[in-house]
Amino acid sequence: MKKSRRSFLKVASIAAIGLGAAPAMNFAASNSHGAAKAVKDKNEEALTAHRWGMVIDTNKLTDEIAEAMTEACHSAHNVPDFNHEVDEEKYPNTRPVNMKQEIKWIWPEKFHYAFPYKEDEFLAEKFHHLPIPVLCNHCKEAPCTQACPTQATFKRKDGIVLMDYHRCIGCRFCMAACPFGARSFNYRDPRPFIAETDPDFPTRSKGVVEKCNLCAERLAKGERPHCEEASEGAIVVGDLEDPESDIRHLLAEHYTIRRKQSYGTEPSVYYIV
Amino acid sequence: MLDIAIKGSKNYWLWILLLLAVIGAGTIAYIDQFMNGLMITGMSRDVTWGFYIANFTFLVGVAAGGVMVVIPYYLHDYERFHRITILGEFLAVASLIMCLLFIIVDLGQPTRMLNVLLYPTPHSMLFYDMIVLNGYLFLNIVVGWKVLEAERSQVEPDWWVKPLVYLSIPFAISIHTVTAFLYCGLPGRGFWLTAILAPRFLASAFAAGPAFLIILCYIIRKFTKFDPGWEAIQTLSKIVCYAIIANIFFFLCEVFVAVYSGIPSHLSHLKYLFFGYHGHNMMVPWMWTAFILMGLGAIFLVIPNLRNNHTLLPITCAMIFIGAWIDKALGMIAGGFIPSPLHHVTEYAPTGKEILIALAVWATGFLVLTILYKLATTVKEEVRG
Repeated sequence: MKKSRRSFLKVASIAAIGLGAAPAMNFAASNSHGAAKAVKDKNEEALTAHRWGMVIDTNKLTDEIAEAMTEACHSAHNVPDFNHEVDEEKYPNTRPVNMKQEIKWIWPEKFHYAFPYKEDEFLAEKFHHLPIPVLCNHCKEAPCTQACPTQATFKRKDGIVLMDYHRCIGCRFCMAACPFGARSFNYRDPRPFIAETDPDFPTRSKGVVEKCNLCAERLAKGERPHCEEASEGAIVVGDLEDPESDIRHLLAEHYTIRRKQSYGTEPSVYYIV
Repeated sequence: MLDIAIKGSKNYWLWILLLLAVIGAGTIAYIDQFMNGLMITGMSRDVTWGFYIANFTFLVGVAAGGVMVVIPYYLHDYERFHRITILGEFLAVASLIMCLLFIIVDLGQPTRMLNVLLYPTPHSMLFYDMIVLNGYLFLNIVVGWKVLEAERSQVEPDWWVKPLVYLSIPFAISIHTVTAFLYCGLPGRGFWLTAILAPRFLASAFAAGPAFLIILCYIIRKFTKFDPGWEAIQTLSKIVCYAIIANIFFFLCEVFVAVYSGIPSHLSHLKYLFFGYHGHNMMVPWMWTAFILMGLGAIFLVIPNLRNNHTLLPITCAMIFIGAWIDKALGMIAGGFIPSPLHHVTEYAPTGKEILIALAVWATGFLVLTILYKLATTVKEEVRG
């Protein structure tokens, strides 16, 4: 009995030294950098907003436009397409896909899926066929960032909800929390299913969650989001907090709806119907 | 004290070997999952938690159920539980080890799991779940071990063990409450979005845990010279009886609210589980089986003659245990995710590999349980003999 207590104490003390050493080493490491501080370089051309938002005019939507938006977004962000034929030489022995495990950032849905329980009994005929683009709503009160146990998904000051693919542990709590089904999980390595890798955006590894990032990487360069560019005017992205912005004018002039407003997440994507 | 575990009969070693074989097979399947990702499971974009988290949820309950022997013995000095308290505590230890393993095998990036500690996030319910699960595991290991050691040396346990026992009681309640909070705080999931989820989880836990303990008492009586005592088992069976009735009652409250209000976002999940939805009805036979098993089990426990029947009792307990497992494990996950937030119906069934990995986790739990129970029963035999 005594012996085991002694050996326990021995192990415990070694562990304590280890715990103590880490902060000391960090301290030494941070000192070695000297007085020089990293300077944040802000791009003068970057597009900024107090709270980014989006207005989608459903009157301007066609199947072609909806498809073009998905295509522009997915190819630029290296979103895998499970229908893509795998290059057997580069990726030998790739197993067959399960379409239920696919990845989507922005995609068209039928009205009654995009707005469940908002479908009127006698819904106007044209809405039955309308391809409603659905994507991350970049909610003001985002339940996904609340659920994430590692802050791998987080909200930026300008309202964009982003993902850190290197911190995500793949618990998928954010996917359970999202009321919009906007998130996808990499059940497998996505790379064999990317037709042409865009070097401007990172590919993801298996085991992490991903979703629309409102083209944060493009806004930083002063460029407009891909879906907006491909939308032929159906999508307008802008600053929701600026009363003079284009999208605030659109919101002032049209009747708009949002997905599942009653949950109080305050989605930043508005639909003109 | 661990030396006891390596002295056993032929049957003991055969059982250990069988468990190791299952663990080995599951490990091979897990290596596949580790290398290729969760694609080997039946989970999907719509159903993002599956068999692993289902079993996790259920086993948190079994772990919490251990408190149903701790409270009577330590708070009410109920002497008849003297002999089985340690069994409840060790059952909690084994269950919690399974819980933690189920979380780990469910992670997409298991090598990053320490991020939960490196970036502690108090607004995430998983943060608290980690604290209470590990805390309760630690408390039960320390308490169980110290009490058993003291019993072997025939002395009183150290003075600081009692406060830890008292602390373990709120921990038991909180592990299952926080696990329910993982589910019931999510805005888009009508099936989980109910204040009665935590009480219902506790009720089914206090049925399933003690029911399993009764079965274990029977097994111990058969294979060792240690007798947990028929009176203790009878008291346990009454606890199971009250708890399973409470669970069914809470469920019926849930059904009333959903059906009478008729709000589709709550009703559609129940419809899917019990009657099928838009032609998808994979869960229907399972759910009815669960409620028939739990209902019959409750009836068998209410009627004294049936409850006191030595042969029937373990069967009743098995019915309740299996019923609660289907209800809380399979039903909770399928009901929550189907239909999806966009109202698509994507059904879920675990794959063979997924089941194998889950079996290996169960086998690991049973291995821990076997060793701990071997210690407990041997020490108790020694002391009495």
